[in-house]
Amino acid sequence: MSFHFTEEQIKRYSRHIILPEVGGVGQKRLLDAKVLVIGAGGLGSPSIYYLAAAGVGTIGIVDFDVVDFSNLQRQILHNTSRVGIPKVESAKMTIEALNPDVKVIPYNQKIDKSNVLDIIKDYDIVLDGSDNFPTRFLVNDACYMLGKPLVSAAILRFEGQLTTFDYRNRETSPCYRCLFPEPPPPGLVPSCQEAGLLGVVGGIMGTLQANEALKLILGIGEPLVGKLLVFDALTTEFRTVKLRKDKKCNLCGENPTIKELIEYDQACEVHF
Amino acid sequence: MQIDKELDLKGEVCPFTFVKSKLIIEQMDTGQVLRVILDYKPSVENVPKSMEMEGQEVLAVNQIGENLWEVLVRKVK
Repeated sequence: MSFHFTEEQIKRYSRHIILPEVGGVGQKRLLDAKVLVIGAGGLGSPSIYYLAAAGVGTIGIVDFDVVDFSNLQRQILHNTSRVGIPKVESAKMTIEALNPDVKVIPYNQKIDKSNVLDIIKDYDIVLDGSDNFPTRFLVNDACYMLGKPLVSAAILRFEGQLTTFDYRNRETSPCYRCLFPEPPPPGLVPSCQEAGLLGVVGGIMGTLQANEALKLILGIGEPLVGKLLVFDALTTEFRTVKLRKDKKCNLCGENPTIKELIEYDQACEVHF
Repeated sequence: MQIDKELDLKGEVCPFTFVKSKLIIEQMDTGQVLRVILDYKPSVENVPKSMEMEGQEVLAVNQIGENLWEVLVRKVK
């Protein structure tokens, strides 16, 4: 294997290169990797920031929202002067200022049935940091169909959840629908006004998503497949719950009924 | 002894002396020998130590001038 790093890159990535598990070979892998992040919000901010710092060469970012003052309590990619501009643009500015090695591909659009496969198909790994169930199901089904690893995280109040679905091994990896077969009925989901969130929970879970992505790219350690990690900020405790593949799952089970993408109704149009 | 690759790291300090040596050795073939020239005293200890920790074989550390050293490393893995 051969690679060439500039003086600046040798300095920038020296702490990676020193690691026996990474080295120049691993750093080249990171620079060649393409990661797609759904949502440049509470989860996407830290995951995108760390992936960019790590030198992940191509980062696609999907978000159709603009920066709002109410985002700044946790969405560290953005800042006060960016209020009112599209989040993907703000994210691109922050990342380019951090690391010129990273090519940011912004998707300032709503992800839906018509574009999801096209957006995802060129990426190696997808990180879901979206804030609604229709997007989560759509992204999950698309990743499953395309055989892309999906690192999924969710945050609410003082709690965070994380798991990795490795759809490169669809026969063994559970899928999102094994965990949640269908979106919950609208009444069960807290309305946007009720959905409080301690900002750092996004920071912790988003950073863990970036960790999963880096391990998958480098082929080191063990990804969080078949396990759901639950974090409680009030007790500072992590629990791991085993996730099993559901034989009756409508997407990945023995007799799947879902053969094409489904677009569920958005229960809540306001984004938080 | 056959030297397959030589790396002049005069003026470089830790940890970049090791980082640069490692980047070269990663791209060499198993069994080949790298000669590293150093003029930074702490690196004369640190480069061989780190190379051994990575599983490489340090063949020799020699002073070759005033404030100048060579480290010979054989790539094992």
